[in-house]
Amino acid sequence: MVKEIDAKIIEIDNEIEKIKAAEVLDEAQLYVLKRQRHDLIKMCKDLGPHDKVYLARHKKRPKITDYIENIFEDFFEQQGDDLGKEDGSIYGGIATFNGVPVTVIGHRKGNDLTENLKCNFGMPGPEGYRKALRLMKQAEKFGRPIITFIDTPGAYPGLEAETNGQGTAIATNLAKMSALKVPVIAIVTGEGSSGGALAIGVANSVLMMENAVYSILSPEGYATILWKDSTRSDEACDMMKLTAQDLKGFKVIDDIIPEPIGGAHINPKVVYKTVSKYIAKELSKYSKMNEDDVSKHRYKKFRNIDADYLKLL
Amino acid sequence: MKLNVGKIFKKKDTAEVKVIKLNDDNSVNAGANTASANKADKDSSAQQSNTEDDVTVCPKCKQEFKKQEVKDNLNVCVACGHHYVISADKRMKNLVDKGTFKPLKCKVEFTNPLNYPDYEDKILALQEKTGLDEAVLAGTAKIDGYDAVIAVMSSKFLMGSMGIAVGEKITNAVEYADRKKLPLIIFTASGGARMQEGIMSLMQMAKTSAAVEKFNNNGGLYISVLTHPTTGGVTASFATLGDITLAEPEALIGFAGPRVIEQTIGQKLPEGFQRSEFLQEHGFVDQIVPRDKMRETIAHILRLHSKRGK
Repeated sequence: MVKEIDAKIIEIDNEIEKIKAAEVLDEAQLYVLKRQRHDLIKMCKDLGPHDKVYLARHKKRPKITDYIENIFEDFFEQQGDDLGKEDGSIYGGIATFNGVPVTVIGHRKGNDLTENLKCNFGMPGPEGYRKALRLMKQAEKFGRPIITFIDTPGAYPGLEAETNGQGTAIATNLAKMSALKVPVIAIVTGEGSSGGALAIGVANSVLMMENAVYSILSPEGYATILWKDSTRSDEACDMMKLTAQDLKGFKVIDDIIPEPIGGAHINPKVVYKTVSKYIAKELSKYSKMNEDDVSKHRYKKFRNIDADYLKLL
Repeated sequence: MKLNVGKIFKKKDTAEVKVIKLNDDNSVNAGANTASANKADKDSSAQQSNTEDDVTVCPKCKQEFKKQEVKDNLNVCVACGHHYVISADKRMKNLVDKGTFKPLKCKVEFTNPLNYPDYEDKILALQEKTGLDEAVLAGTAKIDGYDAVIAVMSSKFLMGSMGIAVGEKITNAVEYADRKKLPLIIFTASGGARMQEGIMSLMQMAKTSAAVEKFNNNGGLYISVLTHPTTGGVTASFATLGDITLAEPEALIGFAGPRVIEQTIGQKLPEGFQRSEFLQEHGFVDQIVPRDKMRETIAHILRLHSKRGK
């Protein structure tokens, strides 16, 4: 549904551009188009799981670079895993948040094809995860809280990634993150698929954008495994329970960050403000805890994450 | 059932493993019937490509053998050494000192977070077929006199996939080892996360890894033994977090499955890719250990850790 609406919105946007570029501005027509656009966006309510998957992957959806630029100050990018490679699909560094130094790490997909390729469409190899871990351990050393932004189709299933220990790299992150002595806040901003998402998601607080999705595998991958047919991904979406609302129900995430109607890309400025507010709220929860308690809190959270479904006989 | 392992264990002192029998009252499948436990042993025998009921053709060397012959050789081809799949039960029997195995009490009630259709029936059928209550068999036992906590995964149980129950059983084993200050040995065999349990399955990766890290930080010894196949969410969690990582020969070990990789890169994978030997070459495996040397190798490692150097 949203996909079709979005196609119409894009058409209207093109029309609007044409009108604006014309020598004589057709204000009446511009008004009509803007009105139509507004009405279309209003239709994006009661979204189904596959609508959310569409929005979560929307090209114009705010990305890690946007969040860093609009929520944090004084950003200093850090590159490299210190072991032989720089992986562009993980972006991160040091910044300040409301005056406090923090480490920010996230998946990076890139904004255009050149960037997409450089960032491998947000699919890290082991080097990316090792870089993330390097930044996290450094954050721990300097007592900086860590904020991660999750947006990945998954860890890259490639020859080199496997050769260099994709599994080991992810496992190491899960293990080491669980014991970090500084608070970790993770936000699933777009799509959070598989261990590739979780590898920067073992956090004290896990938040999700209203239209983000978080799952064991991409819906296409799930459909392939289930029915050997990746085109049945919409069906898979309905089955997987991957929306923020589902995951809040599972108690896998702590809170949902609201988005404007139609998705985060409709009004990013509002989104940055809201996300900033939520980060501040979560960080304040841990500001008075000592480092052992912060680490214990996270351990307990994941130890008991399935408590509602786990019954010992 | 008696195992004739004489072919493999030539050392006199290991002769006792010949008659190791996991008593039914020790068995994890307290709920399942014991007939199915016996059946599990039968199922564990090499069955691939057999022309007659009691004959098997080795998928590697293509030679024909009597099933019993392979079965008596720890499910390893007597000619070429190809390692067939082995049941968790049989693996455990061959590893531990006779009569020392005690299962850990950790039985998880069936749960279906996604309301996945027919999931419960599938699990019930597998419990019946394998004699296991889930894809892990865990307990304490002695190996050459050394106490240890041992968990063995079974690829016969829904490809050894990790859902809530498997995650809990592994975590429970790690925590037990931590509490009792015992070495931990896990034999992995898994296709990865259990699709039927969706996100709750993904969370088991964090749960198990966190438990291993805690155990690690408390000074515990963890020996991870990778067996065919170990992939996906298990490879990307506790399987690759061992202090010492062993692998059975030619086991498939990786994060992404070979088919997914081939689809992604659009080409055939090189021979031997993601096999134990490949991982060893790239620095992820301490030693490749054939099944008949597993017990003595693990005993060796345990011996070296039995005294702390100051």
